[in-house]
Amino acid sequence: MPKKVLIKGNEAIGEAIIRAGCRHYFGYPITPQNELTNYMSKYMPEAGGVFIQAESEIAAINMVYGAAGAGARAITSSSSPGISLKQEGISYIAGAEVPAVVVNVMRCGPGLGGIMPGQSDYFQAVKGGGHGDYRNIVLAPNNGQELYELTVKAFDLADKYRVLVMVMADGALGQMMENVEFKDKETPYKIDKPWATTGSGMKRKKNYITSVYINPDELEAVNIRLQAKYKEIEKEEVLFEETDCEGADIIICAYGLAARITRNVMKLAAEESIKVGLLRPITLWPFPKDAVGSLADKTDVIMSVELSAGQMVEDVRLAVNGKKPVHFYGRTGGNLPTQKEILNEIKRVLEKEVK
Amino acid sequence: MPKRLHPKSLENTIMHYCPGCSHGIAHRVIAEVIDELGIEGKIVGIASVGCSYNNYLYFKFDMQQAAHGRAPAVATGVKRVHPENVVFTYQGDGDLAAIGTAEIIHAAARGEKITTIFINNAIYGMTSGQMAPTTLIGQVTTTSPLGRDTSLQGFPLKMSEILSQIDGAVFVERVSMHDVKHILSAKRAIKKAFKVQMAGLGFSIVEVLSTCPTNWRLSPVDSAKWVEDNMMEYYKLGNYKGAELEV
Repeated sequence: MPKKVLIKGNEAIGEAIIRAGCRHYFGYPITPQNELTNYMSKYMPEAGGVFIQAESEIAAINMVYGAAGAGARAITSSSSPGISLKQEGISYIAGAEVPAVVVNVMRCGPGLGGIMPGQSDYFQAVKGGGHGDYRNIVLAPNNGQELYELTVKAFDLADKYRVLVMVMADGALGQMMENVEFKDKETPYKIDKPWATTGSGMKRKKNYITSVYINPDELEAVNIRLQAKYKEIEKEEVLFEETDCEGADIIICAYGLAARITRNVMKLAAEESIKVGLLRPITLWPFPKDAVGSLADKTDVIMSVELSAGQMVEDVRLAVNGKKPVHFYGRTGGNLPTQKEILNEIKRVLEKEVK
Repeated sequence: MPKRLHPKSLENTIMHYCPGCSHGIAHRVIAEVIDELGIEGKIVGIASVGCSYNNYLYFKFDMQQAAHGRAPAVATGVKRVHPENVVFTYQGDGDLAAIGTAEIIHAAARGEKITTIFINNAIYGMTSGQMAPTTLIGQVTTTSPLGRDTSLQGFPLKMSEILSQIDGAVFVERVSMHDVKHILSAKRAIKKAFKVQMAGLGFSIVEVLSTCPTNWRLSPVDSAKWVEDNMMEYYKLGNYKGAELEV
């Protein structure tokens, strides 16, 4: 395969999975991520790996739990309704501290919703989704190149912290064809997994992987350890991209596809002498709260633009903490906000807020 | 008096199971089989949800705890990473025959090279004795207080019969652990089920008719008799598939 190829987003994720050294993929069909499952069914066996089309999303995430528990890099992918089904397994994986990767090529909900792109799984991804006090690292790519690179990175982060990492794309990014360069790392990330259920080989004491502790003190100790790990991740792994924020009339917070649309809005606005900045979270959890909080010193108005009814805006408001007004604009149902719509909303907000 | 030999694959610890419960016997039999096959270093067990949720504390080999019903999917993941290992699930009737029916059926359908030990005691033990998918017709439980009425609660599932219809399931046998004679024959079946897996032939399962004196509201002795008089009537013992396999 040439180094730079024109490839669908879903397939770029597939190529990243293989190049990240993952050899265990467990999937179940759901639109709009089917190209990924199809890609895996062909190329995973070619790479000497395991592809299983599971009987359900629930089974697929539990196969990931088993394979990752046994020491392998393992992944499943799905789209919104299927990700809901995986939440039980995701909670168990978090509790058992097994490193795993899940891809969500988001569509729109609630319920069966529609197959068009959405960003309405933000709450589910960053606030829990399943039961219990746990966190997943959530990565939000905004183009084909990032679909590739952040998927590779997801495996490294999962192994580094023994957490579940979710790659949050959407139907448009998954279906879009773009130029992607498959950068392979010089030295693949390698980590020993002495805790894995590999069979003892009679060379060590038994390993067991569990998330159940009937004794409250034991379970609290596990929770305290988990929270300490999450604090460390919040300190070390925040990723974001800041564009033209200094002295901006308004700063937009947007991730993924919404950030891409916003970039074009910035050019449109400049033609009308409105200076628009962009803060694009790349990690949705850990949320770049310091960066978003400091926006209040750079501008007078902040607005979150999402393909949802307003989810990330809650974290933006928490980070800004009342220092400056925070507005929201979004579309749902699979409709994308047009550049013109966003620009009109910017003008309306500026008129209201800037006297 | 002969010295009591403790299986190497079983921790020398006190188990939390009630007096007269079959779990302890089943654990010991599995441990003995693993010792005899010499596979302590390459066995991985999957614990499930129910009274045996923490049997990784009792077995002395690698184990992974699974969510309710999902053990066959977890075992699939473990086995596909290390095909040379011997992987088994240990599941109860609520786990396997209610919430986990999809997972067990499809693990069998894939011919997944794992072994399932299916503990059927016709009741939910852990949660205080509710009706199970295998609760007998007329049996009183905390959620069928007037006895299981087929017009309202349907019929008990015969999982060995169902699974033996699946091509990927190559060894299916139903055994009981209510007396010494049956325990010995149960051990033979479990050993063969593991050997079938080790020969790479496909999915194997042993259904073990088991006691739950606490939730049956019977003494251990009467419980053993209840298995013989009632359970074995509905759940016929014997090999359903793979008797002819030479492994």
